[in-house]
Amino acid sequence: MSTVKPMAPWKASKRDRLRDALIFLATAVFTFAVVEVTELKGKLAYFALFLISYSVATAALSFFKYGATTAKDSAVKVIIAGGALLTVLPIFSILATIIQKGYKGIKLNIFTSDMSLATPTDPLTNGGLLHAILGTLILVFVALILSVPIGILTALYLTEIKGKFTRPIRFLVQAMSGVPSIVAGLFILSAVIYPITKANSGLMGSLALTILMIPTVARTSEEVLNLIPQDLREAGTALGGTQWRTVAMIVLPAAKSGLITAMILGVARIAGETAPLLLLTGGGDRINGNPFNDPMGSLPFYIWKSFNAGSEEAITRAWAGLLVLVLLVLLLFTTARFLSTRKVSR
Amino acid sequence: MTSALSDVTSAPRIPGLRAAGTGLEARGIHAWFGKHHALADVSLDFAPGTVTALIGPSGCGKSTFIRTLNRMHEFIPSAAMAGEVLLDGKDVYAPGVDVTKIRLQIGMVFQKPNPFPSMTIGENVLSGLKLAQLKVENKDDLLEECLERAGLWKEVKDRLSAHGGSLSGGQQQRLCIARALAVKPQVLLMDEPCSALDPGSTLRIEETIRQLSETMTIVIVTHNMQQAARVSDYTAFFLSDGGPGQMVEVAPTTEIFSRPKDKRTEDYVTGRFG
Amino acid sequence: MTTAPAPREITTQPRRSDRIFRRVVTAGGLSSLAILGLITTFLGYRGFEILWNEGLSFITGADWTVSYDESNNVIDSNFGLGAMLVGTILCAFVAVVIALPISVAMSLFLNFYAPQWLKKILVTVIDMMAAFPSILFGIWGFLVLMPSAEYWGKLLNKYLGWIPFFEVNPYIFTRSPFVAGVVLAIMIIPIITSVSREVFSQAPLDRIQAAYALGATRWAMIKAVVIPHGRSGVIGGAMLGLGRAMGETVAVYTVLNIVFQINWHVLLGAGGNVASLIVLRFGEATPYEIKALMAAGLVLFGLTLLVNALADIIIKRTGKSGR
Repeated sequence: MSTVKPMAPWKASKRDRLRDALIFLATAVFTFAVVEVTELKGKLAYFALFLISYSVATAALSFFKYGATTAKDSAVKVIIAGGALLTVLPIFSILATIIQKGYKGIKLNIFTSDMSLATPTDPLTNGGLLHAILGTLILVFVALILSVPIGILTALYLTEIKGKFTRPIRFLVQAMSGVPSIVAGLFILSAVIYPITKANSGLMGSLALTILMIPTVARTSEEVLNLIPQDLREAGTALGGTQWRTVAMIVLPAAKSGLITAMILGVARIAGETAPLLLLTGGGDRINGNPFNDPMGSLPFYIWKSFNAGSEEAITRAWAGLLVLVLLVLLLFTTARFLSTRKVSR
Repeated sequence: MTSALSDVTSAPRIPGLRAAGTGLEARGIHAWFGKHHALADVSLDFAPGTVTALIGPSGCGKSTFIRTLNRMHEFIPSAAMAGEVLLDGKDVYAPGVDVTKIRLQIGMVFQKPNPFPSMTIGENVLSGLKLAQLKVENKDDLLEECLERAGLWKEVKDRLSAHGGSLSGGQQQRLCIARALAVKPQVLLMDEPCSALDPGSTLRIEETIRQLSETMTIVIVTHNMQQAARVSDYTAFFLSDGGPGQMVEVAPTTEIFSRPKDKRTEDYVTGRFG
Repeated sequence: MTTAPAPREITTQPRRSDRIFRRVVTAGGLSSLAILGLITTFLGYRGFEILWNEGLSFITGADWTVSYDESNNVIDSNFGLGAMLVGTILCAFVAVVIALPISVAMSLFLNFYAPQWLKKILVTVIDMMAAFPSILFGIWGFLVLMPSAEYWGKLLNKYLGWIPFFEVNPYIFTRSPFVAGVVLAIMIIPIITSVSREVFSQAPLDRIQAAYALGATRWAMIKAVVIPHGRSGVIGGAMLGLGRAMGETVAVYTVLNIVFQINWHVLLGAGGNVASLIVLRFGEATPYEIKALMAAGLVLFGLTLLVNALADIIIKRTGKSGR
């Protein structure tokens, strides 16, 4: 009985794969040859020529084998795959550039000192970005404390109370996620700094980041809370629990890892935000652990300042800062991914 | 309506008398979903111009089997199969076969009516031509012919430019049959075509099936034994005893329901299980 | 024959803890309304004077000059956002034109072409790209992409220069709206891709199968079923990307050459962007000019709100129709 082997005759056979590989190779060689010989040059020429000739080659093959309809299908397939490749190329270019340029700037001393006694154009052994890392952590932490309750309450309103404002609030959250970051900065400037504090501080930056973070937290939390099965809630109410107790003791604990994911995604959204910090934090060069007073540095501000200083050392500093920032964001992002996939597999 | 029903049952047809369309032959078909062996060693001949009903309890592999016939099986990512399906003597799974041409020759009607929502009734019927980029001389004639054969022409001829979704469920299903007919298949597969419909619509579709069988080969999966008895020339009984689904017995329909050879078939058709 | 009794009215008297809970949650939910309202109020309050003085020329004018006497009193001021608004729209438009086809190709690839393992990797990579900070795109765009983008601009000018839109005079390609648009395109690809991937994946499976069963090739199926189903969702996603591109500050500031002159020539190295203007002028602005920047912020806020609202309406509509 079990002597019959499962087969998938619709999948490409070894011969087909070899043939496809040969066509791929031949097209690549052809592209290089043409770019060498003719006046076409540059990345664009390679990419476009390869894409066109590869799609023509596969289409021609399908045409002789099956006819015009399938030929068109093959050509479209190559073009769509080319579009997908076009999305991925910049990401790899960005990652490669950061690593290549940033690692030169990564010295031990940058993690132990600030820029209070150094200028951006000093050699790299002088100064560092400790104040910026510390500042970013404080800014993000304060924004987290402020935005998570509001974000989760909004999500609870949308999923648990479902009152008459559900539709407008869902729309407003969407609209809020489209608020340009510079506008959030101007708002804090006009509503808090000018009338009240009259001075820059870390807290002001955090307030602007809070506005930008709330929609991310609210929308992700809403999605998570919607995944909690309705019977869990009914079970809670049927046992005589009040809605408040049901939410606090059943719904929220069940959604815990999802809510953490929401927070992390919110943090990843704001950690690299630059524009409002330029207006609000004052961007100090000295280590400052107090968000309520005095200018506070941050990684984006540090990168911005170094990049605009323009000298070779300064730009290397900027890349090193970007490398640290991106590593931070990727770390947060991977943690969020890990938590959310674990939740699904459960 | 009731007279149509008595017509079908009172005139049991003699299979093999007519030869229209092209036959289909399945040889040693197995099917897998990943590691799960869903169907084992089914060999079945569909003679030209006959209606064959596949019956059996759910999960016995009859739908899987019908989907191997026109290569719709391979859309499930982990799917695998073994065996041969011969259309007009040629293996549809042979390397180098254009699968889209196979599906043009072996049409299919699905369980739930699925007209294209963005198209009008007329466009729906002719959509197969557009999809496969076929040319026809006279579209209007073809449109009328297909709708006529699907038994829908009288009802929709004045509103061909209305959307397919505006029809009732039974009309939508007949629209889907008309759509399948427009590309002139030699074989028509029907996967429980009436399971989502009311009894009245079911009768209309059964009538349509009988008329169509004069010109083409039809394979119909059904969970309704009365329906199998009403429309088919042959009936094949599928069963899974916990392992992969198998074909227990195939015979002319009258025999299956009057004197089945296998005890399990008898149990099923007399309603002892399933 | 008794008449049917009138339905009883069910009244529930929630416990106090629940009433408080509901009030707190509702208050939290309304915070987004409060924040958006406050933004409008405060920016309007600060910018009102300028808007009143300038009138319509705040939108249409292109000059941004202000002069003071020795004791810092304003002698003369001219605040016109026209050049910046044109530039904002131009850059965002270029970004969407480039990003839209690429994103659609990517989401079709993910849903209908890529094997499962590749799909997983690509989805992660794209989500990751969405989390990249905008300053990274700006600096990378300035140092790595700009030389190539300038070259592409020259090619466009060489072959399409006869169209006024692609005209370049004087012959300066550096830091043009086109270059900024390319950088913005890369930034909004993840947004448009994730929206269109979502709507394409909701294309009804039974219709897809029906198309295949009628002998359609994959592309014919996509054209007949997937595109009609997802069209308005994709447009909505593009609008979201447009909104994001219009509000972007740092990346555009880094790449674009900001000039106070209305310029519709996309390849010419002179452009504008409302958000970048605010960063550019903020450092040395007097309190009076800051009011103008607040007004500019208000205009930008209104513009992005409008675009986002349109996007929302369009995406919602897909959910309902097409079934």
